[in-house]
Amino acid sequence: MNSYNLTHLKQLEAESIHVIREVAAEFKKPVMLYSVGKDSAVMTHLALKAFYPAKPPFPFLHVDTTWKFREMIEFRDSYVKKELGIELLVNINQEGLKLGIDPFENSDKHTEVMKTDSLKSALTKYGFDAAFGGARRDEEKSRAKERVFSFRDKFHRWDPKNQRPELWNLYNCRVNPQESIRVFPLSNWTELDIWQYIYLENIPLPDLYLAKMRPVVVRNGALISPNDDRFKLREGEVIEHKMVRFRTLGCWPLTGAVESNATTLPEIIQEMLLTKTSERQGRVIDKDGGGAGMELKKMQGYF
Amino acid sequence: MSHQSDLIAKDILAYLEQHERKELLRFITCGSVDDGKSTLIGRLLYDSKMIYEDQLAQLENESKVHGTTGGKFDPALVTDGLRAEREQGITIDVAYRYFSTAKRKFIIADTPGHEQYTRNMATGASTADLAIILIDARHGVLTQTKRHSFIVSLLGIRHVVVTVNKMDLVNYSQERFEQICDDYKQFVSRLDLPDLHFIPLAALHGENVVDQSPNMPWYKGSTLMNFLESVYIGSDRNLEDFRLPIQYVNRPNLDFRGFCGTIASGILRKGDQIMVMPSKRVSKVKRIVTQDGDLEEAFCPQSITVVLEDEVDCSRGDMIVRPGNIPKSTNQFDATIVWLNADPLLPGKTYLFKHTSQTIPGQIDTLRYKVDVNTLHRSPAPDLQLNEIGRCSITLSQSVYFDAYKRNRSTGSFIIIDRLTNATVGAGMITERDAAKTKAAWEANEQQTASSESTTEVSQQERSARFGQSPATVLFTGLTGTGKSTIARAVERALFDAGRAVMVLDGEKMRSGVNQDLGYSVEDRSENLRRSGHIARIMNDAGLICLAAFVAPSESIRARVAELVGKERFLVVHLVADEAVRKARDIKGHYAKAEAGALPNFPGVSALYEAPQQADLVIDSGKQTVEDCVDQVLKLLVERGSIKL
Repeated sequence: MNSYNLTHLKQLEAESIHVIREVAAEFKKPVMLYSVGKDSAVMTHLALKAFYPAKPPFPFLHVDTTWKFREMIEFRDSYVKKELGIELLVNINQEGLKLGIDPFENSDKHTEVMKTDSLKSALTKYGFDAAFGGARRDEEKSRAKERVFSFRDKFHRWDPKNQRPELWNLYNCRVNPQESIRVFPLSNWTELDIWQYIYLENIPLPDLYLAKMRPVVVRNGALISPNDDRFKLREGEVIEHKMVRFRTLGCWPLTGAVESNATTLPEIIQEMLLTKTSERQGRVIDKDGGGAGMELKKMQGYF
Repeated sequence: MSHQSDLIAKDILAYLEQHERKELLRFITCGSVDDGKSTLIGRLLYDSKMIYEDQLAQLENESKVHGTTGGKFDPALVTDGLRAEREQGITIDVAYRYFSTAKRKFIIADTPGHEQYTRNMATGASTADLAIILIDARHGVLTQTKRHSFIVSLLGIRHVVVTVNKMDLVNYSQERFEQICDDYKQFVSRLDLPDLHFIPLAALHGENVVDQSPNMPWYKGSTLMNFLESVYIGSDRNLEDFRLPIQYVNRPNLDFRGFCGTIASGILRKGDQIMVMPSKRVSKVKRIVTQDGDLEEAFCPQSITVVLEDEVDCSRGDMIVRPGNIPKSTNQFDATIVWLNADPLLPGKTYLFKHTSQTIPGQIDTLRYKVDVNTLHRSPAPDLQLNEIGRCSITLSQSVYFDAYKRNRSTGSFIIIDRLTNATVGAGMITERDAAKTKAAWEANEQQTASSESTTEVSQQERSARFGQSPATVLFTGLTGTGKSTIARAVERALFDAGRAVMVLDGEKMRSGVNQDLGYSVEDRSENLRRSGHIARIMNDAGLICLAAFVAPSESIRARVAELVGKERFLVVHLVADEAVRKARDIKGHYAKAEAGALPNFPGVSALYEAPQQADLVIDSGKQTVEDCVDQVLKLLVERGSIKL
């Protein structure tokens, strides 16, 4: 390899920066959706690189379902808000909160109201015409055909049959009032790419990704870690302490932990490469509605 | 996801280091479900262990419901994404798949063979480095094989591997395989596919996909996976013509103004002289800024931020280039267009054209013809329908800066957007400037040369008497580092000091001025010399001695310049020097770059230099002093009666 070749990670980085800058240049009011997870961490890092030495010229938006891990909120506030000094918007669906949906009882309804509806109303409220998301095409089958610039109608709906062809790196950024584009700068990254990049670039992450002794309860076949006193033990359940970590971060009642001894990034990567279960498996929501669960959620406006 | 590597368990840090250095290869798969395309992709993912266990379990489940293999694991289902298509049993859009090995990360653009094939294939092919064309061994080269190959060549994919699949169904016959290869080669000789390979497969059983097939011992080539891991794609990029379309201007405060963009082609170094299109203002690169520290140099396809020495006006849509090598700049050009929308292309209708970082209104003036993707037959057409391909001439409301698509994928491509619906309705590739045009320019010359005798009242004799010399053009030709400019300038000094009227004309000076629009292709070099020849002739007509220092690598072009200037007053001095001498003198490092593959048209390394057959003088500048060289040139001028000493 001579010196005028980029490694795959450097090439992915360059392509993602291109996408992020294109949005900043072409849209009136973009926003970066920030979920505190590892993909958001990489996306944040790329946004910083794209506009260095300036700060990203758009705010970040976190859709808080009020059921996120405590550590996620702490990390969000101390790192993104304080250390990076990024303008951070937090949206909580106050109407939904009044309904008091129990995510243990009704995970579907919880996700729809506190996440999907909350996201849609926040986008409408602020009038954002472009929203970055950290989704990757390798995550789940229905995402393999997703565009980098994914068109949404004024109801934030995704129509798989009516997506714009995407050629070269020429992205069509034009929307009519109230329509918007979801932009996925990490489309071509795989889970391994993400981890490897975090490792190489030394990107900060919440500790939840690393194994630690944590209290866990087995519920519906998943290891759930009680995060606050809203957790009520059911009959037959016992709290155990185990070395566990989380492969994805979301609402704690819906995010299963995995038993692990991986306490460093290389160990996480090693574990990921040696196990053969895909990362969304820990999430309860994908299995709803058969093999195409995510596809249905996306049509409704879920990311 | 498990890579087959012991290193993972044994030494994860060593494994990570190995995987930091991977390259990225994008390829497209062309074929239909019947050819076993989904099966092949499923195999590549499955055999490289990129399917997760839970996904596999789900697939085995689905194989029972939707599969075509009687309940056994059906690799084809791996690639079927959306619910709608699973139910209909066809793939309706481009899907992207990912896998990696220790050597490379791969992105597959998986496009359907039937429905909407042109639109989807063009989309997938637009970013691909390589194409896999599937042929069913039982059916051989079909119409669809031809149309896939045509679209692949149209979108400028250089590497093609033809996989002849289902060899198990033709008894692994070598004869059948070779017959299909021959048929295919015969067909594609009409297309521009420079790098062709053939591999016999039985994808359902994984034969020759990752592991060599025991049933085809006659096949000695690499397996498909091996081939994908090793095919060399480094030389596909254009590292020669520097182009930076400005995407975004970064201005956090009054002290910092950075121009951001993705390098479309070429290399940029700190300190380089640059020019901004369209203002043509010139400046120098002060810094190449990144969060990880400033860079000394950057190259395509890096996304960079450039700070210039001077306060030059530059905004989104402008392009930073090099003064000696600028793109074409006009609002009218020809292009091949692929139509992507159900509403047909209408000549005369206003559309938006997005090219690099500019979006400009314009229209298709003329639809010259459309091409039948199955037969390559050209026919006149009033409009272009969905999935049709046509050659058009286009006029935009303002200029764009472009290169032909064949030379530069980034600056030669554009998309067409409907102004009302905002839909992406077309994709275009700008076509090569007519080679006939340059030829025509030379021919127009010759006519003029013949008829320009009596345009002045001052005779040649009068001028010769005034200057005390008979004008001549001395062409100093030779490779880089043979001392062309150095010796020409020393001769100029000596002649001037002797009272003669003389001037040096050198290649670099020409390129920084009159010939700014030219690059280094064969065609552009020819045009560079044609124009320079005219200037030499004007200098001679004015009575001056012209010392022309040019590489001028082509014998036939030198002959044409001699013709243009006038053979009786045209002298060729061929400068030579040993390789070591030339390289030592090459302070700009051109040889090293050319040898590394970064300068494609560099005479002596990556392009031909034809030594003059009948030079008037040959000088080895490595073996004598500049003064000795000068003396020989002066002697030649005396011998030919140009000057008296």
